[in-house]
Amino acid sequence: MDAKRKDDLIAANEFCVNHNIEISFLNLLQQNGLIEISTIESKYFVEREQLPQLEKFVHFYYDLDINLEGIETISYLLQRIENLQNEIVKLKNRLSFYDAQASG
Amino acid sequence: MTFIDYYKILGIEKKASAIDIKSAYRKLARKYHPDLNPNDADAKKNFQQINEANEVLSDPEKRKKYDKYGKDWQHAEQFENAEHYKEQSSDFHGQKYSRAQSGGDFSDFFESMFGGSANAGRNRQVKFRGEDYNAQLQLSLTDAYKTHKQTLTVNGRNIRITIPAGIENGQKIKISGHGGPGINGGPNGDLYITFSIANHPGINRLGNDLYIQVDIELYTAVLGGEITIDTLSGKVKINVKPETQNGSKVKLKGKGFPVYKTHGQFGDLYITYRVKIPTNLTERQKSLFTELSKS
Repeated sequence: MDAKRKDDLIAANEFCVNHNIEISFLNLLQQNGLIEISTIESKYFVEREQLPQLEKFVHFYYDLDINLEGIETISYLLQRIENLQNEIVKLKNRLSFYDAQASG
Repeated sequence: MTFIDYYKILGIEKKASAIDIKSAYRKLARKYHPDLNPNDADAKKNFQQINEANEVLSDPEKRKKYDKYGKDWQHAEQFENAEHYKEQSSDFHGQKYSRAQSGGDFSDFFESMFGGSANAGRNRQVKFRGEDYNAQLQLSLTDAYKTHKQTLTVNGRNIRITIPAGIENGQKIKISGHGGPGINGGPNGDLYITFSIANHPGINRLGNDLYIQVDIELYTAVLGGEITIDTLSGKVKINVKPETQNGSKVKLKGKGFPVYKTHGQFGDLYITYRVKIPTNLTERQKSLFTELSKS
């Protein structure tokens, strides 16, 4: 983790201040395996790549009143939706291939 | 520009309390929030509508103005001017805190009645990542075969991107930081580009493999010979084996499509032979075939 470029990391405290939320919320997300928090020199950081996901969780929890169990379930279902959407793209490509073969 | 019934959008009555509005908004937001409905344009549109309805009805000032004028919203400006002097003596509007929501676009009706974006003044203390943008880019199969650069114009900004060879139809790539601008110094959103790759006449692609059909003369099929075919990487010479059957397939290893982001690695090219039966035979040719059939 120490080798990670600082640009790729966002201070957890800064994120919480900017979003007006408690750091305990991030800890809860981490405990439930929804995000990863890195510790460097006793400071907590989240990867920049996780930012969109993290902001989604903030919306769910604070704006939509969805509790952590709900977020966990939604997160799992959204992952399934993404996998299924990717699968649909692959199947569409296959279908288009066989259509072209049949008419070719 | 038509009147929008915000009460109807939230499914509440005109006398609804602030709690009713909040509850109705949250219920619908949970249903239509874009984060909960990925790649669903209808949900995004619905979310924008309920967000706008909530923006108006949860703000006592806006709700008052909306209720007073309703369908006569065109006269709202006169109301504004008249009220302006009254408000100058009062400087408290309440520093409302609300997180930025995706889908902050407002209708013409809203803009006309309440002015610019409602987000403009309410997130002073909070930084937010900008909105993610989605775009679609059409490529030909030939374009997708080679790594190349393209310049896109997204919201008036030119972005030069490198498209790696081997990209698939329907594949989505993320261009970090090229989405909507961050709010109050927050980072920019990302740009997601979905590629749509057009079919190429005569060449079919499945993953990294390419499939083509090649016509060969009957004589070449029977006796064997050399033919030259066109592929995406140029002309290729192939030896056709004697007694090649119609519909038989051969595989040319490594002559298919480049493997995405894997330099020097390619799929295979599958060739299906279609044997052409000669037509308009001369008498001499017919007699030779007859002789052949008796042998």
